[in-house]
Amino acid sequence: MVVINEKLCKGCLICVEFCPKNVLSLNKLQKATVKNSENCISCGLCELRCPDYAITVRK
Amino acid sequence: MNEIIKKYFRNNKLPHIWCPGCGNGIVLGALARAVDKLGLDQNKTAVISGIGCSSRSTGYLDFDTIHTAHGRALTFATGLKLARPELNVIVITGDGDCTAIGGNHFIHAARRNIDITTVIFNNNIYGMTGGQYSPLTPTKGKSTTSPYGHIEKPFDIPELAIAAGATYVARGTTYHTMELSKLIANAIEHKGFSVVEALSSCPISFGRQNKLGNAPSMMKLLKEKAISIKAAEKLPPEKLAGKYLIGELFRKQLPEYTEEYQKIINNLTEGGQMQ
Amino acid sequence: MSQAFLVQGNEACALGALAAGVRFFAGYPITPSTEIAEILSKELPKVGGKFIQMEDEIASIGAVCGASLGGYKAITATSGPGFSLKQELIGYATLAEIPLVVVNVQRGGPSTGQPTSPSQADVMQARWGSHGDKGVIALSPSSVQETYALTIDAVNLAERYRTPVIFLLDEVVGHMREKLIIPKTPPKIIDRRKPNPGELPYTPGPNGVPPLPAFGEGYRFHVTGLIHDETGFPTGNPEVTDKTIRRLHSKLEDNIKDILRYSEYQTDDAEFLIISYGCSARSAEKAVKLGRAQGIKLGLLRLISIWPFPTELIMSKTKNVHKVFVAEMNYGQVTAEVIKAIGREKTEGILRVDSQLITPDEILSTVTKGVY
Repeated sequence: MVVINEKLCKGCLICVEFCPKNVLSLNKLQKATVKNSENCISCGLCELRCPDYAITVRK
Repeated sequence: MNEIIKKYFRNNKLPHIWCPGCGNGIVLGALARAVDKLGLDQNKTAVISGIGCSSRSTGYLDFDTIHTAHGRALTFATGLKLARPELNVIVITGDGDCTAIGGNHFIHAARRNIDITTVIFNNNIYGMTGGQYSPLTPTKGKSTTSPYGHIEKPFDIPELAIAAGATYVARGTTYHTMELSKLIANAIEHKGFSVVEALSSCPISFGRQNKLGNAPSMMKLLKEKAISIKAAEKLPPEKLAGKYLIGELFRKQLPEYTEEYQKIINNLTEGGQMQ
Repeated sequence: MSQAFLVQGNEACALGALAAGVRFFAGYPITPSTEIAEILSKELPKVGGKFIQMEDEIASIGAVCGASLGGYKAITATSGPGFSLKQELIGYATLAEIPLVVVNVQRGGPSTGQPTSPSQADVMQARWGSHGDKGVIALSPSSVQETYALTIDAVNLAERYRTPVIFLLDEVVGHMREKLIIPKTPPKIIDRRKPNPGELPYTPGPNGVPPLPAFGEGYRFHVTGLIHDETGFPTGNPEVTDKTIRRLHSKLEDNIKDILRYSEYQTDDAEFLIISYGCSARSAEKAVKLGRAQGIKLGLLRLISIWPFPTELIMSKTKNVHKVFVAEMNYGQVTAEVIKAIGREKTEGILRVDSQLITPDEILSTVTKGVY
C-alpha cells in the first residue's frame, strides 16, 4: 500500500512516471495520489526514488 | 513517513529546500539506507559537507554534522578523522564544491588514503547560484555563464579519484537507487578513501537551460546513458561512446592513513595512550 | 625542578602548545613559522597527539577545525601569506565558535613581500581579516619566555571563549634564541565547557559563551557557517542575526578584564609614554632606559593582548602624560587605534616599514624631538 504525505510532496512526477504498474498520478493540487491501488505490487521503487520522502510503501 | 527517514533525519527540518525533482533528496535517501544497512552507530558517525545545494544535506541528517565552507568539507573531515579515527566520517559534496573550489583537498585526501567516504552529488551545474557551469558541465552545455555553449571538457570524477589514489571508487545514479545505496554502503565499509559519484539531475538550473525536459525525462537520460561495468566489459568500444560506466569501478586495499599514524604513536608510546 | 633551555621563540611556542594540552596540529610550511610544525611533527606523536601537513593553508585550518570539533585542542601556525589564506576559516571558526589558535609569525608584506624579514603589519588583518563583523582575541609576546607562557594562555582563552585566538609572533621573537625556563609546576589548563543536560549547543552561558560537546559523544549537533540560532541550525531571522553578531563581539569585550594582558615599565612618574608590543617593545624598553639616562621621564606601556583593543587602559594610562609615542613595525596600525582612543594631538607613531628591526636609538630620537 502506497501512502503519500502531501505536505512533503512537491509534485515532481518521478513516482508517477517510473511506477511499473501505473499506480500513481498527480491530483488537482499537483500532489502525488494513488489512482490504482489494486495494481500496486509493493515494489517500493516510488519510495526509493521520491526526492522528498513523501512516500511510504507498506507491504 | 518511512522508518529510515524517521530514524536518520531531523524530521522537524523537512520538507527540505531542494526544488521539485531535484536528485539530491534521492541520493541522500540512498545514503541513509546505506547507513542503516551497515547498522552504523548514529552517535559515532559524522557527516560533513561543503557549500551548495547538496551540501545542505547535513542540516537534515541526525548525526554530528558540519556544514563547512565552500570546498572545505574534506579538510574538516581529515582533521576529525585523524583526531578521532573511531568515528565513521562521511563527506557530502557537490560537483563544483568537490572538484572546483575543493579540488585540491579532494586529490590530496585521496592520495593519503584516509578512511573517509565522499559522496559526490553530481548535477553538472552550480544550482544554488542559479546555473553557472561547473567542472562537470558537459562540453557544449548551456549555463548562465556559458550562454554560447561550454567550451571546456568536464572531469571524469572516478578517473580523477583513481589517479589521485582513492582505493574505492564507484558511480551510481538517482535512477538506479538501490544500487546507489549498495555502492555507498560498500564505500563506507571500505577501509581507505572511498568515492561514490552519484549522478543526479537539476531540472531547474541545468535541465531548463539545456532543454532536457522535466525531472522524469532527465532521470530517463540517466538510465539510458548508464551502462554497468559488467555489461560494458562484453561490449566493443564503439558501443560505449557517449555512455558512462556505473557500478564499482575500482577497489584496492592499501595502508590507511590514520592506522599508519597510529603505528607511529604506538612505536613512541606505551600502548598508544594519549598523555 | 624547573628546566632551562636556550631556544627560539618558535620552539617555545611549540613547547607551550604541548604544555597547554594541544594534541593536534595541522599546517603548511612557511618561513618564518616552519620550526613550529617541525617540532610538533616530532613531539605530538610521543604524547599520543596527531600532526598532519596539509595540502595548503586553508586545508590546515580546516583540519584544525575538524579536530577541535572532535574534542582536541588544536592549533596551526603560519606567516603573512598563509594568514591571508586562512582568513576564510578564521571567520568560519569565529561564527561557528570553534576553539583554536592560529600562530602568525609575522613577516613583511604585502604579498610574498620581504621574506623573511620582521614586520608587525598583520595587526589589522588579525582584527578584520575575514569578511563580516567579528570579535577576536590577539596576543603578541615580546620574548621567548613570554612566548611559552602566552601560548598556553592563547590555548586557554580559545577554550574558555570558544573562539579562534590569533597569536601574533614576529620574525624577531620567533627566531631569536633566549633562555626559556619551564616551571616545574604544570600550568593552569582551561577546558571548554560541556553542555548541561538539555542545554543547546549555541545557548550562551553566563559569560556569553555557549558550551561545546565533542563529536562522537552523542549530542548529534549541527555546526554551520550560516547565521544560526541557539539550536545551531541556520535562520534568516534578523533578531537572531543581530543577537549573534553582537554576541561575537560582546563575549570578548565584556570579558576584557580576563583577556587583557599588558606590562608597564617606568610609567609611575612618566611624562612621556611609549606604547609598543612584540619585538618593537624590546627596543622601546631600551629606549626608555636611554631616555631616563638623559633625564627624560619616559615610560613604556607594552601591550601583550592587542585585541580586543585596550582602549580604556590606554585612556587611563595616558591621562597624565604630555605625549604618547607608538612604536611599531608597520604603517601605523596600533597608532590609529591609539589616536581613536586619545586623539591625534597627543599621539605620534614611530613606524618602521623597511623590514629592519626598529632600534632604540630611532625610537629615542623621535621621542627627543617630541620632548624638546
